[in-house]
Amino acid sequence: MTMINNTSINKDDSSLVMAHMWVAFVSLFVGGLMGLLQTLVRSGTLTLPFGIGYYQILTVHGVILALVLTTFFIIGFQFSLMSKTVGMSNKQRDSAWFGFWIMLFGTVTTAVTILLGKASVLYTFYAPLKAYPTFYIGLALVVVGSWIGCFTNFRQLYVWKKKHKGEKSPLLAFMVVINMLLWFIATLGVAATVLIQFIPWSLGMVDTINVLVSRTLFWYFGHPLVYFWLLPAYMAWYAIIPKIIGGKIFSDSLARLSFVLFLMFSIPVGFHHQLTEPGIDPVWKFIQVVLTFMVIIPSLLTAFSMFATFEITGRKKGYTGLFGWIKGLPWKDVRFFAPMVGMIAFIPAGTGGIINASNQMNQVVHNTIWVTGHFHLTVGTTVILTFFGISYWLIPALTGRKLTAKINTLGLIQTIVWAFGMSIMSGSMHIAGLLGAPRRSSYSTYGGTEQASEWIGYQIGQAIGGSILFIGIILMVYIFINMVFLAPKGHEEFPLAEVSDDAEPTPMFLENWKLWIGITVALILFAYTIPFIDIIQHSPPGSPGFDMLIR
Amino acid sequence: MHLHKYEKLWLIFGVSSLIVFLTVLGIGAFYKGMHPPSHLATIDPQNVEAHEAFKEENLGLRQLDEDKYIVSVIASAFNYNLGKDEDGASVNNIRIPVGSTVVFQVTTTDVVHGFQLAGTNVNMMVEPGYISSLETEFNKPGTYTLLCNEYCGTGHHYMAATVEVYQP
Ligand code: HEM
Ligand SMILES: [Cu+2]
Ligand SMILES: [Cu+2]
Repeated sequence: MTMINNTSINKDDSSLVMAHMWVAFVSLFVGGLMGLLQTLVRSGTLTLPFGIGYYQILTVHGVILALVLTTFFIIGFQFSLMSKTVGMSNKQRDSAWFGFWIMLFGTVTTAVTILLGKASVLYTFYAPLKAYPTFYIGLALVVVGSWIGCFTNFRQLYVWKKKHKGEKSPLLAFMVVINMLLWFIATLGVAATVLIQFIPWSLGMVDTINVLVSRTLFWYFGHPLVYFWLLPAYMAWYAIIPKIIGGKIFSDSLARLSFVLFLMFSIPVGFHHQLTEPGIDPVWKFIQVVLTFMVIIPSLLTAFSMFATFEITGRKKGYTGLFGWIKGLPWKDVRFFAPMVGMIAFIPAGTGGIINASNQMNQVVHNTIWVTGHFHLTVGTTVILTFFGISYWLIPALTGRKLTAKINTLGLIQTIVWAFGMSIMSGSMHIAGLLGAPRRSSYSTYGGTEQASEWIGYQIGQAIGGSILFIGIILMVYIFINMVFLAPKGHEEFPLAEVSDDAEPTPMFLENWKLWIGITVALILFAYTIPFIDIIQHSPPGSPGFDMLIR
Repeated sequence: MHLHKYEKLWLIFGVSSLIVFLTVLGIGAFYKGMHPPSHLATIDPQNVEAHEAFKEENLGLRQLDEDKYIVSVIASAFNYNLGKDEDGASVNNIRIPVGSTVVFQVTTTDVVHGFQLAGTNVNMMVEPGYISSLETEFNKPGTYTLLCNEYCGTGHHYMAATVEVYQP
């Protein structure tokens, strides 16, 4: 090839990844705007015009940020990693595009249904609230499209392995395949409830729906969903940030081990979202709580690896003393700074998660706005700031442009604005939640009780934090536009870290896919078979749909 | 697989804390009987009045014993039915003397609702076909907001009542 090519991966793959990024950033803007409106409504300062409902915009916010933005960004980012590490054939690229279009078509179908006011059921769409059928059909298409992405990724690694007999797979490709396995196994649950329960019921083919079965299938998917968001951030932490800070990957085998553990322990745990529900045996709730806490082990491994990389790198650069190495980190490089702030946010975020999952303690916070405060730290800060951190090099690398010093500085400001706004919003949410303020609720004085009046101050705090966050969104969207259209042409590095020379060799058993999938399936069967049969055997009469309640 | 010495210490410390922590939770749940609300009784959501507890005359507060009460509630969009007072008006404030033990039993005739008494640990999901139940003790006088904390439709945020715990 003699053509001059600035992009870090080949042009065709770049277009594919960029298509995903466009959907992600448009979603960020739309979803962020809804978020701002929500905080204003909740504080009692705004009434929505044109008959738009609070729960309608909340549905948009949840669906577009938690389901659309994340899925498109992740699948796009993962395609870039696969293209870089194991390559992509023309056929594989075609199937990736096919998956993309199906997901996009599904997204538009669902979005239109919500905008027409026929699906204000929130992103969890709990039965027996009933949306118009196209809401569920659109969601099902998003899932089916993502499965095409899964199998494309599996195929990519398979083909590479066949060509490289006896070699261990590239670390990032291994991680992508783990995450897509997790996604595939998890989405089987939500696909089952949507295809077998919701679609026939909303079409009027059956009269009633089994509510507890649908919720159990939803949460079988709902918890691994959050690890599907988190693992791509971990990919960047483990295998990209070391390169950005001028260091090496601390240990290839520990990175793989922690991903394998996340695969095993993020699925058989959905009951921790159903702790206060009737109809589920508390012994099984407790068993799933114990399994939930097993992810602490890979989390500890990750924390250790990250700080080991930071310390070793800082010391190599000549910074000494117990904490002197911190100065050796490139704080002024936004590609490091944004994810690092995300990592720091994970300390309170993870602590909150431990509280939420603590069996009886859940009763204190369940469905209060504390929970909303919690996941704006996890997904809304840790994950999103890491995704922004990835974007600063990935987008220019894809568009054949440079991350300029100016945009770098703007990115640093963006990160600080985000962290500041989020501290205020999420902090207010946490406190209000402990005082009893509920989540998913429009402005209300609850009949004028004294307690409800105490919450208002914190709702205003959320509106202030939310407004600052929205400034952060505008900055980020501008940065995106700049990196796509305005930044000078050039070559931006795709930072792939190498494994440290001191690291021990990776044992081959880590690539024993049959073993890992086998254990994962066994754990799921253990955690779910008996309680699920129990739920079905002791089912009450089913529920008809209630679509008039959402209009 | 090889682990760094510090990493081993870190993992041993972490995993031991985890074991202690889970043991505490387990003792709370199984020895002290503090399970999260997990009532298993079912009911026909289209015909809840057929159940003794949810007959019109049994709704709201009933005294069982000297300081033991039961509160039966039918939740529906967007209201908690706590029975009627002497004048036939709907009750939306319940008065309970401080120090009482109270069992709440709640069901719904339509969609999923929440049942949360802000400022207390009374917090459970209410789902069609099931009776949710939970026992608590009121030791602090005051007015507590009873509210729905699971989205149930456009009027969800209006679904509320009060529980007044008073010094007799
Ligand atoms: C400008 C930035 C943002 C603001 C101001 C904001 C604000 C809010 C508020 C006030 C709520 C709670 C509404 C309620 O429960 O009544 C909420 C819910 C939520 N937010 Fe955000 N948010 C922002 C960004 C994000 C981001 C980046 C994500 C995820 C990637 C996210 C995900 C969610 C989810 C999943 C919910 C739950 C929706 C539900 O309960 O159905 N938000 N947001
Ligand atoms: Cu979870
Ligand atoms: Cu409600």
